[in-house]
Amino acid sequence: MTALVASRDGYGEGLMQLADDERVVVLEADLGKSTKSCRFREMYPERTFSLGISEQNMMLVAAGLASSGYKPFASTFAIFTERGFEQVRNGIARPNHAVHLCGSHGGLHTGTDGSSAQSIEDLAIYRTLPNMTVMHPCDDISTERLTVLLSALSGPSYMRTARNKRPRIHDDESVAALRIGKGHVLREGIDVALLACGVLVGEAMTAAEELSRDGIEVTVVDMHTIKPLDSALVQRLAADCGALVTAEDHSIIGGLGGAVAELLAANCPVPLERVGVNDTFGESGDGDELLEKYGLNSDYIIAAARRAIARKA
Amino acid sequence: MSMDAGGTEGQPQVAELESVALACRRAIVSMVHKAGAGHPGGSLSAIDMLVALYCTRLRVRSEEPDWPDRDRFIMSKGHASPGMYSILSHSGFFEAEELDSFRKLGSICQGHVDSGWTPGVDFSAGSLGMGLSFGIGCAFAARLDASKRTVFVMLGDGELQEGQVWEAAMSAAHHELNNLKVFVDRNRIQNDDFVDKQMRMFDVPAKWAAFGWAVREIDGHDMTEVLEAIQWMDGVDTGPAVVIAHTVKGKGVSFMEDNPSFHGAAPSDEQLEQAMEELQ
Repeated sequence: MTALVASRDGYGEGLMQLADDERVVVLEADLGKSTKSCRFREMYPERTFSLGISEQNMMLVAAGLASSGYKPFASTFAIFTERGFEQVRNGIARPNHAVHLCGSHGGLHTGTDGSSAQSIEDLAIYRTLPNMTVMHPCDDISTERLTVLLSALSGPSYMRTARNKRPRIHDDESVAALRIGKGHVLREGIDVALLACGVLVGEAMTAAEELSRDGIEVTVVDMHTIKPLDSALVQRLAADCGALVTAEDHSIIGGLGGAVAELLAANCPVPLERVGVNDTFGESGDGDELLEKYGLNSDYIIAAARRAIARKA
Repeated sequence: MSMDAGGTEGQPQVAELESVALACRRAIVSMVHKAGAGHPGGSLSAIDMLVALYCTRLRVRSEEPDWPDRDRFIMSKGHASPGMYSILSHSGFFEAEELDSFRKLGSICQGHVDSGWTPGVDFSAGSLGMGLSFGIGCAFAARLDASKRTVFVMLGDGELQEGQVWEAAMSAAHHELNNLKVFVDRNRIQNDDFVDKQMRMFDVPAKWAAFGWAVREIDGHDMTEVLEAIQWMDGVDTGPAVVIAHTVKGKGVSFMEDNPSFHGAAPSDEQLEQAMEELQ
């Protein structure tokens, strides 16, 4: 039985793994219990700065710490990081301060809190900022590993995590192979490539198994890094498979699908189908119900894969 | 010039500081004229405080601008860049000729202060309301480092309309940051008009006090009062301290004084000539 895990727990564990580095500091805006930075806070209160419900303030406090040689890891809900977007733009990305921002509870899958809490645009907006690395890992242990790797980054980053538990994708061996900026191939097939991030990596794996039963062999990639996009891998898969599908719990505008579309259009046009939120806001509901209603689960990925294959010249 | 000794030993006399401030005022008006754009008003209102800080108090090293244990000065009202460049140049961070390139392509003197371009600039500003939060981060870092370095921040009074300033004010007091010192340049004018026409400020000192800060009011153009205010801030050890400095926008140039038109406008050739005559 595959373990059910939430990627936000990996962030909390990643911070614990980093704690021996005394330059690592943690910032919170009243949601540490939810983003899981609370674990670090309990063990290292002197290196944790709780700033109350003030996201804009938190962004610049983090920048000030980074400018003084510290490695700030700041978290809140994905949607509330957006309240400080201009602060991230002007106060963090522009001066290239290595502040690591984690937005938890991203996407429709966040569920019953409803549309005000379901960021479906975070990956898109942070991707537009120069200097920013943008990531969205798919499970707890990959999030933990990538959080640890972030501490060596010399520029700022945004990482989205998810609230709810899903089957774990990675194992110790695959996690050890993860690199920021490199997609991780989970299975290989020649007919079409599925590029997914976050909770939709699991949906893509389910889709791949079902397609295989019909004789369609697909590649599945955990595209945990949206920026810098692993353009070499995407172009190789475009050449090898001749058709691509992106899948993300995010708007089809500007996120993983947008990034891949830009790359393909400029370099190697092949059929691309984007599975994502179709330019609409969500609503309250169970996470899986929302994936079904808004066209994001494995059934929709299967249909998209068949469309992409049919469009091959 | 190296000022890492700090303290008051060898402190220049008030008359000398006033002389430096006058030279900076000339540089401010001149560089804005040359650029054909910029913000003279808020630079002229702030310059006496900048001169007092850089010439008597800040532990900074012009030959090593990134010295990790330097005091920090955060110009949050980043449009007062001509004021910053004039005092940084005077303090030896770069040559005075650089001022001539203010706002020009490739210049180290960017339109708004930017740490990535200018030696001695600690904070990239330009969007109001962010500097105090950045200062809190620097103050936390100093505390973690067990360093006695001090963080000074300058805010504009129009800038106090930004909500983030009050998020920051609340958290600085909550965390009892006694290494954080703030000047508010209370020149009563913002971009479009007088501050109290745009958004009435009511009792500014009472607001800061209510947020848990030690507060003092001074005449921001009286060098003796400015020096005393710095000493007073240094003596506040229970939490953050703020000095509300009552100033005159455009101070020193008659047609700029108290004139909202010179928040962000360059003087004409004739106006430059008149300003230079007045700034003797």
